[in-house]
Parts: sequence; C-alpha cells; structure tokens
Amino acid sequence: MTNERVDYGAGNGLFHRRAFLKGGAIAAGSLAFSPLGADERKPWMKSPGLGLEAYSGRSRFEAEVVKQGFSNQPGTLGSGASRTPLESLQGSITPSALHFERHHSGVPDIDPRQHTLTIHGSVDRALSFDLEALDRYPHVTRFCFIECSGNSATQLGETPKDLSAGHIHGLLSQSEWTGVPLSILLQEAGVKSDARWVVAEGADAARLNRSVPLEKIREDALVALYQNGERIRPQQGYPMRLLLPGYEGNMSVKWLHRIQVSDQPALSRQETSKYTDMYADGSAEVFTFPMSVKSVITTPSPGHKLVANGLYEIRGLAWSGRGRVTEVEVSADGGRSWTEAQIDGPVLKKSVVRFRLPWRWSGGPTQLLSRAYDSEGVQPTRSQLLDDRGNLFFYHYNAIQAWQVSADGELTNAYT
Amino acid sequence: MRIPRSLLILSLVLGSAAYSQTPGLGVPIDEAAVGSLTVFADGENLPPGSGTVAEGQRLYQQQCMACHGPGGKGGLNDPLVGGHAALDKAPTSRTIGSFWPYAVPVFDYIRRAMPYAAPGTLSDDQVYALVAYILHTNEIIGAEIRLDAERLRGIKMPNRERFFSTFDLP
Repeated sequence: MTNERVDYGAGNGLFHRRAFLKGGAIAAGSLAFSPLGADERKPWMKSPGLGLEAYSGRSRFEAEVVKQGFSNQPGTLGSGASRTPLESLQGSITPSALHFERHHSGVPDIDPRQHTLTIHGSVDRALSFDLEALDRYPHVTRFCFIECSGNSATQLGETPKDLSAGHIHGLLSQSEWTGVPLSILLQEAGVKSDARWVVAEGADAARLNRSVPLEKIREDALVALYQNGERIRPQQGYPMRLLLPGYEGNMSVKWLHRIQVSDQPALSRQETSKYTDMYADGSAEVFTFPMSVKSVITTPSPGHKLVANGLYEIRGLAWSGRGRVTEVEVSADGGRSWTEAQIDGPVLKKSVVRFRLPWRWSGGPTQLLSRAYDSEGVQPTRSQLLDDRGNLFFYHYNAIQAWQVSADGELTNAYT
Repeated sequence: MRIPRSLLILSLVLGSAAYSQTPGLGVPIDEAAVGSLTVFADGENLPPGSGTVAEGQRLYQQQCMACHGPGGKGGLNDPLVGGHAALDKAPTSRTIGSFWPYAVPVFDYIRRAMPYAAPGTLSDDQVYALVAYILHTNEIIGAEIRLDAERLRGIKMPNRERFFSTFDLP
C-alpha cells in the first residue's frame, strides 16, 4: 500500500465520494498473480457456440437470481406477492422478468383483441378505446418505480428477521414505461366541471378498483402499454395498466379496462379497510398516496460475504415518490459519522437512483447504513418512525436500514 | 439560472398535457350500456333487490365458510366478524365489523370479487343476503332485517369515526 492518498469522507474507512476522481486509483491491497494463463483455450473456445434465437434468455449460470419472498393468501396460488432480488441486481432498471408481483386474484390471461378501455361517468361522451387506437395516440416514456405500500413492513417486527435486502425491500421495482397520457383520453371524453375523482378498475377476477384524484391524473398519469421497450408483461398488467408515478403501487391498476369519472371517491374495500394507515390510538388515515423518501444498501447486504478486509464499493438504491432524491449519505460506523454518496445520473422525479461509495473494511464488526433526502427532508430512523406513527401501522414504512457486518464478514438485518 | 417567464408558462402548458390535436379514435358508447359495477360508499349505483339474514346464513355456509370459517371467524383467510373494541391494541383484529368505515362497500366488494374461485356468480339478492348476514353476525343489524338499497345506505358502521383523511369523506 504505497503512494495512497487517503481521502476519507467519514469514519471506519468510508472514502469521500470523489476519492477515485481526485486521488486516482485507491490501492486495493496486496497483488497476487492469477494461476490461469490468458491464452489457455477454455472448453467453450474449442468449438463454435450456440446459434441465434428468437427470444433470448440469460446465462444458465445466473439461474439462481429469481424472485423471492413468495407469500399467498391460504388456498390460493395468485393472491399474494413475490419480491425483486435487489441484492443481485445493479443499475436502476429492474429486468421485467424480475419485477415484483402483487395480485389480488391471480394473473389474468387477457386476449388483447378482446380488451378495451372504457372512459365514462361524469364526462360529456363515454368512449371506448382498443389497443390499436391507443397505439396512434401521443406516447410518453418515463422511468419510474412502483413500490407496494406494504414494502419493508417486515421491519415492524420486534426483532430483525434474517432476510435479504430483496426479501425485505423488494416490493420495489423500476421500469421504463411507455404509454398514453390519460389526460389526453379524458380531454377527448370531456370531463364535466363537477368531476373530482376517477375510479380505475382492472380486468382481473377481483376487478380491483382504486379512486384517484383528478389532479393526479392530469399531472402525470399514464395508460402504460410498454415496459422496458416491450409490451407489458402479464404480471404487470398486459395489455395496459394505469401508471401513477410515486403513488403506492396498488393504485397503478393493472389490466386496466375501465375509468369512471366521478364527483366522489368509491371508498371501496382496497382504499378503506385495506390500504389505510393506522395510528397508535386506533384511528386510521384514508388516502395516503405518495411513497416517501427511502434508500437501501444492496451491496454488500445479507447473503453477501466480505471475504477479506480491504476495498469494497458500497452500492444501493434511493427513491422518493414525492419528487427527486436530492442526496444520499452513507455511514460505515453505525450512524456516528456520515458522508455523501456518489449518485449515478440522471436523477429523475419519482425514480430510483443508484448510489455508490468506496469503503475500506478494516475487518472489524460494524453497521452499514444509508439515508436518502428529498425536498421534504430525510428518512427517519426506525425508532423515530415508530414514535411518530405508533406500532399499529403497516403501510408506508420508510425508515433507515442498517446491515450488521460481523468480524467474519457476514451481513445481517439489524435495527439501529 | 433564471428561467424566462414565457418558458415557464410554456412548460406548464406542456406539463399538463393540453394537446390541441388528438386522434379522436375513441368509439362513443352509451353510458347506460357500460354497466358500471362500482357502488359508491354513499349508495350511488346500488342495484334493486334484497335479502335476509337467514338467506345469507345459508349462502355463507355454502359459499364462504370454507375460507372465512364458521360464523366469520377462525378460517384460513381474513376474519369477517369481531374485533370492534380492540383497534388500539396490537395485534388488531381488522374485520368487517371493526375496520370497514362504510357498509355499502361490503356489497360492492362481495359482488366484485367473491366468492374467490367464482366471482360474478352471485345474484344481487344473494349479495344483499350475505351482507345482511355478515352485518348481523357483527351485531350491527337485527336478525329480522330484510336488507335492500335503502336500508344498507342508512347503516352507520361502529368504527366510522376512527377514519379520517385530508380528503373529504362522507
């Protein structure tokens, strides 16, 4: 370790976020020579490889990267959730095949030729659109996340469960969504002056419905048709879903087939007795839409192992349903000292960003934490959140996540 | 950097997606033919029909009990009955009696999504009967009640006052 310009940003080995840029290479430790020669002909180099294929899969060596944390209503196969393996992914886009799932009555097998979107209710003229018609409307593409409001609720348990980052926080996925602004379709239908809400309904067996304020529809609601460039996957609402950037996931109604414009919300089961937030006195708040600012370190995280002391890159995800992430800080000493992480741009509204920071692990036990900021403030600690909201709430958990690092390099879920 | 006011106004207009020319490809349909299933909490769109507690009890045993348990408790899936008094102690029991602020959406939800394996197979009379039975089992209405749109609309749920919002609630 010669010629190293140490440029630490916080305690216990956290570098300044620009350490690489300012100081050049950070000495990585002792050098060892690989036993393999570069010109050795490996088995797959001894004959031509596989041919072209119509729809490509991934390497067979990556087969273990799958959705996890499956939970179902008893006696059902499709009323439940599966989670994105955040700890196995990099960048900020979730592969469509690994997008989390949350269904209330399974995944319908919709024939797109028989599917239409009806707009009716408090409008001048009720209209019906098929897929062919919608393809001719102006399209908008945006990156945004969908997060289930029940994401991370396992952290409400009295003791931290030994689970991976994805199992705890993986009811969160991000895609590039393309579709038609719903405001255009409403404009054609002619919204009456008494209208304040729309009730969106899906074409699944549960005909799941949610009420959405008209202001939100006019602000940034999409009828999404494409996910990451291809038609939306059935699990995500094929052939069309409502997309409400930043709002709790179940409002982005999948398999969208009906929009009823109204002067009032439906106050249906999902928006009263289900997705409401309880306080300590037993009162419950209805219509808590935006997902608040949040972050999680995904590398390293439980399931990974630090094999030796030395240099690592801490990487994670940060997001806010209320706007842009303005800053992410990381601590490698259990929250005693913090330094700002590098954020990969562009930083978009209601969108997940990837953050990173070099860290030299000394080999001792410690806790790794991240906290994200948006224009409204910073993530709370778990105890601050519980003090604020009591112990009866379930949805909209957004506290700081800590990973305990043991002396032998194992990582586990921890409370601060 | 200061942004010129004219640019700000332009971006606001574009941001609200006011398009002067749109394809106009929506097919006009008759509002009456839409057949909206949605029943609003104030009773708007409740269909004609009625059902009794006794009819509901028989239906419950055939259609609901396997998942929700005898009398709405102790089944594999969500309990429907009880828990009225204990909403401020963990763990709470969130049932139709304890955690539904309005009665009408019980009708909406059953007709929309239940029974789980065969939604849409109950008649409106049968749905009224099931709602009557579940509300009676929760000690919200009497055993002799024949429930119809008018009676259902008038029912006040026990924990309505616990629910609040920044939006107007009925």
